[in-house]
Amino acid sequence: MPRKNIYLDYAATTPVDPVVLRAMAPYWSDKFGNPSSLYSLGLMAKQAVENARTDLAQILNCQAEEIIFTSGGTESIALAIKGLTYNFLTEKNKPHLIISAIEHHAVLHTAEHLAKQGFTVSIVPVDDDGIIMEPLLNRAIRPNTMLVSIMTANNEIGTLQPIQKIGANLTRVNMARQKSGLNKIYFHTDACQAAGALPLDVQKMHVDLLTINGSKIYGPKGVGLLYARRGTPLAPLIDGGGQEKNLRSGTENVPGIIGLAAALKLAQKNREKENRRLIILRDWLIKSILKKIPKTILNGHAEKRLPNNINISILDIEGEALLLYLDEVGVQASTGSACTSTTLEPSHVIRALGRPYEAAHGSLRFTLGKYTTKKDLEYLMTKLPDIVDYLRKGSPVRVDMASLEKSIRLAPKKIINLPC
Amino acid sequence: MPTYKKNKKSILSSIDVLPTGQEDTWLYTDIVKEHFFHPKNLIMDANKIKNYDGVGMIGSPACGDMMKMWIWVNKKTDRIRKLKWQTFGCASAIGATSMLSVMATEKGGMKIDQALKIQAQDITNRLGGLPIRKIHCSVLGDKALRSAINNYFLRSDQKQRIVEESARLIDKVSGVSDHDIEEAVLEGATTLEAVQKKTKVGIGNPIVIPEVEQLIRFYKEKYFG
Repeated sequence: MPRKNIYLDYAATTPVDPVVLRAMAPYWSDKFGNPSSLYSLGLMAKQAVENARTDLAQILNCQAEEIIFTSGGTESIALAIKGLTYNFLTEKNKPHLIISAIEHHAVLHTAEHLAKQGFTVSIVPVDDDGIIMEPLLNRAIRPNTMLVSIMTANNEIGTLQPIQKIGANLTRVNMARQKSGLNKIYFHTDACQAAGALPLDVQKMHVDLLTINGSKIYGPKGVGLLYARRGTPLAPLIDGGGQEKNLRSGTENVPGIIGLAAALKLAQKNREKENRRLIILRDWLIKSILKKIPKTILNGHAEKRLPNNINISILDIEGEALLLYLDEVGVQASTGSACTSTTLEPSHVIRALGRPYEAAHGSLRFTLGKYTTKKDLEYLMTKLPDIVDYLRKGSPVRVDMASLEKSIRLAPKKIINLPC
Repeated sequence: MPTYKKNKKSILSSIDVLPTGQEDTWLYTDIVKEHFFHPKNLIMDANKIKNYDGVGMIGSPACGDMMKMWIWVNKKTDRIRKLKWQTFGCASAIGATSMLSVMATEKGGMKIDQALKIQAQDITNRLGGLPIRKIHCSVLGDKALRSAINNYFLRSDQKQRIVEESARLIDKVSGVSDHDIEEAVLEGATTLEAVQKKTKVGIGNPIVIPEVEQLIRFYKEKYFG
């Protein structure tokens, strides 16, 4: 029997769609010009980049000039957070930032870095389902707060945050602040995981800054964008030839940009239909695992989650071992266990849900994609229960579910301030 | 026309700055994989265990690795006759415990005094190496075995043979001793974060962190002035 190959890690990265690949094809060797060059080959490339920008602006419901192309999600986030805040750091003024406890490392580590540079950072907790605790978010706001960064959808547990509501509330807060002479609070959202599944209207979301990358939406790796509302004061992180309105120097990644636009257009076009299909698969898999495998808990909200995300803690065993046994039967998934992280700390996202360490070590994430079929998941379910059973039999650990649930309920939820 | 090989060599020799961290991969050796996918002496039903001579346990699910070990001793020859174990942990933890169980029982069984001397490094060597990040945190088998042997001494009225771990246990949860921290500092981990990367000390048990930080300072001064 040929070895199965079932990829269930679409949140890690996606294959480039053939349509996207075709759109990019001419820009490697034929229309290879530098968009800054004034002859026709350059102008051709420039035109292609500007068309891509216009197409993307239409999807985001913004002006084309509000889009800055970058090398990916991490760079867009760095430009949004550092590019904004560094402008305002002076001897006297130490601006304040607010982020959620389940942000991607690109946001979290950037904020931690800024906390070492003299900024103050508040990390707002999420509830047991992974939804940000809005009253605490409001309470975290200070007179010198200048940025709130909350992700649209989480990469590990897939929970969707009420971005529209938070954005609308911040708009009201800003109106009041303006009257009392306080600075505006800018609102950034990391929409990398959400881009293929949710509408991205920046007006409705009330965001000033929004990050998207190509590699999560069947586009190429190494390209992303930052939407920055007109009037948002950004400083560049990369200086040079002055490309991207002097906010991101360096010759444009022309094929990448074309690919990003093609990918987002395609994803948004098929979004609703694909979401309906994925939600059925997602809910089937969640139900099957919770029913067939004892001592399992779902991480993240049951409904307010990405259509393709399943994250479950399987108690008494460790995630890396599980992952490697799954790989042996041809299923590729992901875990929040410490054993796969470079720091040997288990997932901060699972921990933020109030789950104890042992639940984080045993967390398993399956993320579905456009090539996932019901058959794939049925195959997974013919293997997973036996693997879990085998590893459990060889494990000396027996976590008590009642005390686990109690410790989740009693987990403290408070704002963490950096530097502490 | 120079051959490809020659070209390759000349390019390589012209590189004077080699990327660092290349040696640290996630890849497991074939020996680790064999022991991970086909663990030796793993006991699937701990309820069936009886008449053992010693039992030991180390680690906790909170820190990511935990193991339990049972030994049977041939009292005439003072050799380990049989060893069974269970592990909660990643591939290297399972693979390393399996390898240790082979080392202790092969060739008619290891002498107890010899078994007490097994170090994490010996297990790692037999496995053909482990990803650097994993060595300190997941090779707990030697500690579990010493704990099982001490338990055997206790049960068999040989209290005088009990070996106190010369190192002092700092973090009961992760089983990390002052000696482990000393080793980590010697290997260049001079901050709490770096030591935690190597040993997992204090992860899941933050109460010990102040003491760990003190030890790091102490060893740093001792070795690096």
